[in-house]
Amino acid sequence: MTITELRVPAAQVTGRSPWQLAWGRLRTDRVALASAIVIVVLVTLAVCAPLIAAWNGHGPDDQFRDTGITPEGLPVPPGGEFWFGTDRLGRDLFIRVLFGARVSLLVGVVATGMASIVGVVIGLLAGFYGGVVDVILSRLIDVVLSFPYLIFAIAAVSIVGPSLAATVFVIAFYSWAAIARIVRGQTLSIKEREYVEAARSLGASDGRIMFIDILPNLLAPVIVLVTLLIPAAIVFESTLSYLGLGITPPTPSWGNLLSEAQGFYRVAWWYLTLPALTLLLTTLAFNLLGDGIRDAIDPRTERIFSRRRKKK
Amino acid sequence: MFRRFIVRRVLLGVLVLWLVTLGTFCMFFVAPGDPARTLAGRQATEEQVALIRHDLGLDQPILVQYGSYMNRLIHGDLGQSYFNGESVGTLLAGDLPPTASLVLGGAVLWLAVGVSAGVLSATRARSLLDRTLTLVALGGVSMPTFVVGLLLLYLLFFQLTKAGWPIFPPDSYVPLTAGPWEWARHLILPWVTLATVQAAVYLRLTRGSMLDVLGDDYVRTARAKGVPERRVIYRHGLRAALTPVVTQLGVDIGTLIGGVVVTESVFGLGGIGQAVVQAFVSGDLPVIMGVVLIASGAVVVANLAVDIAYGLLDARVRLA
Repeated sequence: MTITELRVPAAQVTGRSPWQLAWGRLRTDRVALASAIVIVVLVTLAVCAPLIAAWNGHGPDDQFRDTGITPEGLPVPPGGEFWFGTDRLGRDLFIRVLFGARVSLLVGVVATGMASIVGVVIGLLAGFYGGVVDVILSRLIDVVLSFPYLIFAIAAVSIVGPSLAATVFVIAFYSWAAIARIVRGQTLSIKEREYVEAARSLGASDGRIMFIDILPNLLAPVIVLVTLLIPAAIVFESTLSYLGLGITPPTPSWGNLLSEAQGFYRVAWWYLTLPALTLLLTTLAFNLLGDGIRDAIDPRTERIFSRRRKKK
Repeated sequence: MFRRFIVRRVLLGVLVLWLVTLGTFCMFFVAPGDPARTLAGRQATEEQVALIRHDLGLDQPILVQYGSYMNRLIHGDLGQSYFNGESVGTLLAGDLPPTASLVLGGAVLWLAVGVSAGVLSATRARSLLDRTLTLVALGGVSMPTFVVGLLLLYLLFFQLTKAGWPIFPPDSYVPLTAGPWEWARHLILPWVTLATVQAAVYLRLTRGSMLDVLGDDYVRTARAKGVPERRVIYRHGLRAALTPVVTQLGVDIGTLIGGVVVTESVFGLGGIGQAVVQAFVSGDLPVIMGVVLIASGAVVVANLAVDIAYGLLDARVRLA
């Protein structure tokens, strides 16, 4: 921070918060910006899916038996009428991918949101109180992070049955531990700072110190992690749905669209590849944006790299 | 010191396993459906169902049932399948060879690719090659495993076979006893599928670890005294940088032995992972819980092995 400010002539010096500095760095990161645009476009398309369906007259469940199926009974390739071609029942694949995006993005965001609330609270408690609380919570975090999660997900879903809510809970239960571990580590160092000491001597309660004084200072790593956990949640949803453990048809999600396409890749290349590419574009955009935000918030990573390079 | 460290780890592992068994036992009670009725079949009379319930001990008090459940587990009895009455242990032992072949072969592949790409990436940090490799790795973790598998099937099985080169078979597992070449040929696509996702993780891990190590003073010393750059990178750098990679490898193999659910399902290899999916579809709870127990055991053992290896390799861990 200080180095950047020193370079600026004295007359122009204005106070800028760390967030403003981070935004300034992010704005010049073309990859991150392009990823953000891709995400905004996808979210807009997903939100507007019913409007688009009404506009071209192809509902997500409408079967076009005369135009959407070839005389041999096979799906129709992409063209002017069906942009992504049709699926095995003659439904418009483009519209179904858009409606699938609603479910997949929603699951990704809601599950990650739930996971971050739980993860932040548990991480704060473990880091702040330390001692026995920390030992128990940290072991719990280790166990959740190290276990073969898919097997546990299968066991859990076999009891409650597959549903949208079950999918969200399974993914949230898988994601919170990563957040909790980061938050715990950060809390351990932040709670030793003088301002926390000051708050305590003023008689602030534990809850106030944790959520008002400490929490804002660990938002940066949490934001980075959340951006990286959303694509992981989308991938996880599609895997669960592919195995029949997640979102069940007729509700389209990217996972069950791809699962349906499995039997058709020999006759209809678009059926598998176009939804797969949409999913890849989405998760890649989130991952690249997450990397960009990390670089913007923590410019140290950048400088370590360039210093090492010069050393060579 | 080291002994106390190991004892603590073993006790923790036992505690975790006990909690898992408690979990699986409770699962049988909250699960919908009556196992005695399922086993008896549709045409069974009430007396037959009651007899089976008595045989299974399901009419006993819950603590007695828990005692006999633990007793059976300790003697290695994982229970019987609801559907053919076969022992879950025998059932899953038959599924182990495909899973082990897949995981071990895949591990060789993802280690070779991931570590060498990671070293390349780290020694040429921020170059075009580094950026490309990082992007490819990001693509690897951005793709669901089953999509990778299906795309490989489409391109390398279907398109190649259509073009007249039936090099890769579509699916199924051929035991090693049928000849190593046939065994490997049937496993190449599953290995590549598994390795694509894993190699991406190992690339990022190796790259980060290498960058850390190459910035250390002893590397500078090695360069200063004129050690050739290749030797600095491989003998001084990589050797130290591999520690976190070895840790990750141990944990990953432990996790994956419990079921490479997706890859096995895509290629129909019939391993433990596929068994648990089939058991889910048919509602065969004892098989699912058996896999949960085996998978948990494998993870606990793998973590313990990694801890011990780590303690032996690095004195700092022992004293911490």
